[in-house]
Parts: sequence; structure tokens; C-alpha cells
Amino acid sequence: MAIKILRDFTKRMFGIFFRQKEEISLGFYGPPNAGKTSLANKICKDWTGDEIGKVSKMAHETRTVQFKEEVEIKYKDKSLKFKLVDTPGIATKIDYEDFMKGGKKNKMKKKQAQSRAKEATQGIIEAIKWLDDVDAVVVVLDATENPYSQVNITILGNLVARDIPVLVVANKVDLRKADIKKVESAFPDYEVVGISAKYGKNMDEFYESVFRLAKKA
Amino acid sequence: MAKRRYKGLTLQFVSHREIARLDSVERIKKLLKIVLDNKVIILQGRLSAGEESRLIEDTMVMIGNVKGFKGVELAVITGDEEGSSVWDKFKSGLARALVGQQDAVTIIGPASIVKEMKKDPTKLELVMN
Repeated sequence: MAIKILRDFTKRMFGIFFRQKEEISLGFYGPPNAGKTSLANKICKDWTGDEIGKVSKMAHETRTVQFKEEVEIKYKDKSLKFKLVDTPGIATKIDYEDFMKGGKKNKMKKKQAQSRAKEATQGIIEAIKWLDDVDAVVVVLDATENPYSQVNITILGNLVARDIPVLVVANKVDLRKADIKKVESAFPDYEVVGISAKYGKNMDEFYESVFRLAKKA
Repeated sequence: MAKRRYKGLTLQFVSHREIARLDSVERIKKLLKIVLDNKVIILQGRLSAGEESRLIEDTMVMIGNVKGFKGVELAVITGDEEGSSVWDKFKSGLARALVGQQDAVTIIGPASIVKEMKKDPTKLELVMN
């Protein structure tokens, strides 16, 4: 805690002497299907009118890192420019057979499923490599799932080790099963914001937190 | 209901001393070799954050290149620090810096054998395939 206070103080002091970056590279990390692209899309739609990528119920829909540059977000009387970096969901296992089990609309043949699994593995490697190139990170978690998964802990551990400021988002709070308190108790050292990216719920509080996060970057 | 054939399960204990002298690359190589032998590892201590992400990267490279390999399930159980004092946290932080985090246990299993590791702050449940 004392180290954290000292680190934040040093960063603030440096901020006085050096101008803040013109564009903050904001990464979206988390497990598959947590809603990273949905959130990045919502931000892009709110401030640029465009979307960043395709959203699907099937895991590993995002298999390459997607960007949106010069996204200017305004909050109260301030404005900041961001480069949004939407990354593929990080997982420790990928089974091509899972892609063959999708509903009628998403069901794949073996070769197609194997090719998608390969793309998904490459996407995870790319996402991890990108940890070195982001200034701040929004870790997007599905508030209906158990937050104590090792992938979440590994992602946060890597961000702490790299001294990258983090905001934890508990997404899908519109669902009955969502438990934001569980997410908060799993990660007591981080600010947690509950939102629904799909329905745009609580986005004002999210943007306020993003501005606080940007100050630390 | 059809009876499932029990094929057996091997747990391999890896002590901290066994991997302490290895560099990160060798450490991960050793652990993945055991996983490829279809064994579940019980590791004394835990990997660093960088090693954990490296383990995921190497696992991803192996999926598709090693027949039947689907990845790993991974969980770390650590001593509960919630509610402990600043002094206690400082002491445990110092101990970790000197000898590594030996008060943790890391479980790594092949995804073909371990379907899921359900973790909450106080218990870990392994769901087998």
C-alpha cells in the first residue's frame, strides 16, 4: 500500500513537469466472452459513431487485436484522446471441438473449427505480447461468472508487474446472475465498476473511472 | 446410465527446490513436459506473473502442434492475507522476495484430464473429464 501511494505520488509529480501523453493507449483485457468488444464498441459508438469489431455469443470471436485510434472521450469539461486496443480473450485451453458444438447458426465443420482454434491460440499470444504496448488497461469480467479464475489473476498479476494502471469492469450487470460484490471482494485492491455494455448501463460512472485511470497512466 | 471407465490419475509433486535453480524458460519447459505426460502437477510455490503468461503462450503454441493437446487448467492457492496487518504483509512480502512464494500451491493439469478448476477464496475443486 505504502509503495502504491509513493508510486502514484511520483507519477503525479512527473505529470506536473512533463505533459501528459497526447493519446493514451487503453487496452481491453479479460477472459473470452466477457464483453470486451461490446464495451469497446459502446465507447466507439458513443464518441465516434463507428464500431471496433464484431460481437458474438460464441467464445473467441475476436481473434486478432483490434484498434480504434483518436477516440476523444469527454467527461464534464475535460476531454482525453485514446487509442482503444481490443484484445482476444485470454484462456489456458482451446478445444476445436467446442467450435463444432455451437447452435445451428454457429456450428462448424472439423477443418473450419481447427482453423478457428488455431487463430484463437495465435490471438491469445498476440494479446499477451500487447501488454508491453498499452498505457492503461480495462480488465473486463463477466459479472455472472466466478471471478477467481486463474486467468483473471494472471492478467492482473502481469499488469501489476508492468506497473500498468488497471480498472476492473464487472460487465453484464443487467443479468440476474450478476454479482458485482463477488468481483469487488475478489479484487479488493482495484476500482471495480459494474456496467452493462450491451445496454449502456452505468456508462457515466465508467467514463469517470476511465478519466481517473488515465491520470495514472 | 453407462458406467465410465476409470483410467487413473497421476499427481506429481514438484518441490520448490526442484525448480528454484532453473531459469524461467527451463522451469516452464519442465512443467509442460510433465503435463504432456498426462499428469497433474502439484507445485510448491507459484510462478511469477511473467512465467504464468509465458506458460499460457507456450501452451497456445503447443495446441495444434501436439496431437490431442487442448491446453491446461491452472489454479494457485495462496495463504489468505485478507485482514492481516501491514506488518504481517510486509513480513510475508520480505520472505517472498528472499525465498520465493513457497506458501502457495500451484495446480497445473492437462485440459484433456481436468475439465475445470473451480476456485473460491477458501477451496479448490477439480472437475475431471
